[in-house]
Amino acid sequence: MSELTGKGAITGIGETDYSKRSGKSVIALQMEASLKAIEDAGLSPKDIDGVLPYATAGGVAEDFITNFGIEDLRFSATTPLGGASCVAGIQSAVMAVATGVANHVLIAIGRNGASGARVGARVQQMPQFRTIGEFEMPLGAIAPPQLYAPMARRHMELYGTTSRQLGEIAVTVRNHARLNEKSLMTKPMTIDDHQASRMISDPLRLFDCCLESDGGAAFVISSTERAKDMPRPPIRVLGVAEGHPDSPSAITQRDDMTTLGTAKAAPKAFQMAGVGPADIDVAEIYDCFTYIVMCQLEDLGFCKKGEGGSFVEGGRIGLGGDLPINTHGGLLSQAHIVGLNHVVELTKQLRGDGGKAQVEGAEVGLVTGYGDMGDGAVAILAR
Amino acid sequence: MDAQAYDKPLPEPDLDSKPFWDGLNNHKLMLQHCGGCGRIRHYPRPVCDSCYSMDVDWVEASGEGALHSWTITHHAFLHGFKKDLPLLLATVDLAEGVRMNCQLKGVDPADLNIGLAVRVAYEAATEEVTLPVFVAAQ
Repeated sequence: MSELTGKGAITGIGETDYSKRSGKSVIALQMEASLKAIEDAGLSPKDIDGVLPYATAGGVAEDFITNFGIEDLRFSATTPLGGASCVAGIQSAVMAVATGVANHVLIAIGRNGASGARVGARVQQMPQFRTIGEFEMPLGAIAPPQLYAPMARRHMELYGTTSRQLGEIAVTVRNHARLNEKSLMTKPMTIDDHQASRMISDPLRLFDCCLESDGGAAFVISSTERAKDMPRPPIRVLGVAEGHPDSPSAITQRDDMTTLGTAKAAPKAFQMAGVGPADIDVAEIYDCFTYIVMCQLEDLGFCKKGEGGSFVEGGRIGLGGDLPINTHGGLLSQAHIVGLNHVVELTKQLRGDGGKAQVEGAEVGLVTGYGDMGDGAVAILAR
Repeated sequence: MDAQAYDKPLPEPDLDSKPFWDGLNNHKLMLQHCGGCGRIRHYPRPVCDSCYSMDVDWVEASGEGALHSWTITHHAFLHGFKKDLPLLLATVDLAEGVRMNCQLKGVDPADLNIGLAVRVAYEAATEEVTLPVFVAAQ
């Protein structure tokens, strides 16, 4: 436990439509999702006095001040950890509301990942990819699946992990997506379908890779004290932490390429929360690739390193299993909203608003972010 | 080769990395060697993370290494690589204790395994840039 344990809470959530062609600007998507989250929290846009925009997609605090007429924004920051940004942002937001620096902090993401620049073009412009931009991209290692595939290959060679085990993750998450009305991928999928999907970068097949999507999502963090007077049941942040892997800018140089920054974040988050992996009722795990889900389950301590393959078998990670994951369909099958859709889903689950995918009696949940070649963030929430 | 016809990304060496790229043009694999504690490091950078010395010199590597991991890419994320598919990208432990990521050429995928012995070779991309590749060690 720490002095921040339980001091901040998620008080509002919002999502735009998810699609492959939004027809809206990235800023408009962030604003639309934010307005919904602010309304859900029972607030006026002018009440927002802290903001963490998604810098990678070009959002800046000034956009929120301008569009919402905020008179005195007291706190702004960015947490540039790629797909771990919004979960890492929870840490900054809780620090701000717990110390009284701000009352209501907004975290928003909007992107045109499908209709805008695709990942092969996008990553070359990101400063955090400067190292591999010079030393690996000229050789043909351009996009995340190529950068992550050697991690998965080494895991397979060392521990006997199989492609069918990765398929268990893809199929489970698709089954959950079929229960969610916002999901972009709702066609049934079997392990054989996964095995028949085309190879992108061996051992990662098409169905091991997430979607590229358009859309926006947002949430509001307020102090738990203040949240008692707000309309929604506060979803308290029990623990939150970020972790950066060794050699964060180049997987090639990482001593153990089968371990992510998540392994550094997880013990800190669990310790702050005062709970352990066995206490988690539902987990929304950042799923840019099936292998990254499996690796995080190990790094989070749900199983030992090397045992992720067997852990995901036998229905354990599906609804009704010991650890249901990605109950909304994740980045693999719902939409790629950079994991902010994972925070929204966990909040719904803990409010009891999970719809057909509601995990019965869910009281404590975990959400992760992962990005930029190994950065990890973990948050543990409770109703 | 006509530089304008080259349609893949090219490195933009800076003051910290220029000796590495200059070395490749001379068919030498050059690595940073810490002037303070003697550690070899890669990729090139200004500070030794062991002794914090900024004193650096460059040594020629043996070019010998062992396969650490790999991927075979079947999808061209940039158009320029389409004609190279499938593309075998290897992560290799160099004898000097650092790693490199390069295309591995002339090896049957069925022979791939951790520890496979490889060595560095050189391919001119343009008149100004030579890229490293791995080939099977003979």
